[in-house]
Amino acid sequence: MDAAFLRSLTPSVLGALVRRGADFAAAEDAVQDALVEAVRVWPTAPPRDPRGWLLTVAWRRFLDATRADTARRRREDRVDAEPAPGHAPAVDDTLQLYFLCAHPALTPASAVALTLRAVGGLTTRQIAQAYLVPEATMAQRISRAKRTVSGVRFDRPGDVATVLRVLYLVFNEGYLGEVDLSAEAVRLTRQLAAAIDHPEVAGLLALMLLHHARRPARTAPDGSLVPLAEQDRGRWDTAAIAEGVEILQTALARDRLGEFQAQAAIAALHADAPTAEETDWVQIVEWYDELVRLTGSPIARLNRAVALGEADGPRAGLAELSGLDETLPRHTAAAAYLHERAGDTATAARLYAEAARKATSLAERDHLTRRAARLNNSRNV
Amino acid sequence: MAKYLLLKHYRGGPAAVNDVPMDQWTPEEISAHMQYMHDFAARLEETGEFVDGQALAPEGTFVRYDGEGRPPVTDGPFAETKDLIAGWMVIDVDTYERAVELAGELSAAPGAGGKPIHEWLELRPFLTAPPTVTD
Repeated sequence: MDAAFLRSLTPSVLGALVRRGADFAAAEDAVQDALVEAVRVWPTAPPRDPRGWLLTVAWRRFLDATRADTARRRREDRVDAEPAPGHAPAVDDTLQLYFLCAHPALTPASAVALTLRAVGGLTTRQIAQAYLVPEATMAQRISRAKRTVSGVRFDRPGDVATVLRVLYLVFNEGYLGEVDLSAEAVRLTRQLAAAIDHPEVAGLLALMLLHHARRPARTAPDGSLVPLAEQDRGRWDTAAIAEGVEILQTALARDRLGEFQAQAAIAALHADAPTAEETDWVQIVEWYDELVRLTGSPIARLNRAVALGEADGPRAGLAELSGLDETLPRHTAAAAYLHERAGDTATAARLYAEAARKATSLAERDHLTRRAARLNNSRNV
Repeated sequence: MAKYLLLKHYRGGPAAVNDVPMDQWTPEEISAHMQYMHDFAARLEETGEFVDGQALAPEGTFVRYDGEGRPPVTDGPFAETKDLIAGWMVIDVDTYERAVELAGELSAAPGAGGKPIHEWLELRPFLTAPPTVTD
């Protein structure tokens, strides 16, 4: 059985239950039960209408649970009076569920956990494993999140930007565990793009596809990071690049630029270069200008300085960098790189070593340490 | 989310405000301290922020490789070792500020006279996975 297909039905089924008046937390438990039941039953008895099957089973589970709860007897009368499950507008329900799980009242970590479970259909154990925390901790995080949003009604649209931030977090900050969080983020964003027509949703999907396409080339067999300039571009996923570029072009044509479209445009320019030397850095700098204008983000300014170093030479990059806050993440690493490009290997080696001490990820620290070691060795020969 | 290690030192850090060794507390004060630690961990589990907590025996052995075909060499314990780790707690929180807030709470565990120990805890971030989006 196709687990991804089964999980793709999750949000519309859960959304339908909530729309029929089911309490969100109880409905979510009922849908999880129905998913487990489907895994057990479908291999031998595949349903003709999978979504209808899930909806019926989840609804029955919800009613059973509600009946068992005598404290909720009044609600039982109300839900029993609801019409029998039929075909619901699946797309709207799905969309409402994305909004609910990214509700501004939730902390980022809670929103991520709830989205993966309620929209993604992952089990608590899988989410706990993906974020390297005990299952009991993740179960509590999810149940608190459910309680936080349990009073929210499905009657008005939420803010797309909050949903995009949650999906971006899932994509960008995943560990490489049993659950492929980047692939899951792509799937959830693709599903969102099918439910709502919005250029920034398309922009985020394009951004994810373009970065996901590079993944096979991003790490060496020993697990070490391979920087963009040194990647074997023959190992990039050309189908994902083509799809990302097409989605981006359609979005850009609508002339409602946003940060994710600008970021995707930068990724697309990298994807478009047959070799690192042929990268169109001038255009990349222009897109960073847009990104800085849209977000004011100091990280975007830092990346712009590095791009400027490629477009106008390392001295120009260093001059730009000197105007930025030195405590910015990766500021030292960027300075090291630009000094290396400028031929000042002694300064570069010292800064790489300093950047390694400040790195927040193990792979980056090892990468920066290797750069420092390589420069130190070449100087000593 | 970011994971942090809260490291408790037997010695090596600056002295606590309420710096009385545990063997000079009353049994009730020790029980109150243990209960506080237990409740703290339970509360963190409820907020979805608990990852791990362990206590270590004060004395350990140093071990090193001694060449092909030879058993490892053991040595110690070294009474003069300056830094001695008592145990740790690992938390998974949204921000650095939250990590500091929780470390402050843990440091308020009651000691002699039922008063907060105000002990120094070392707070260290875990290295994470590298971000996917790099340009």
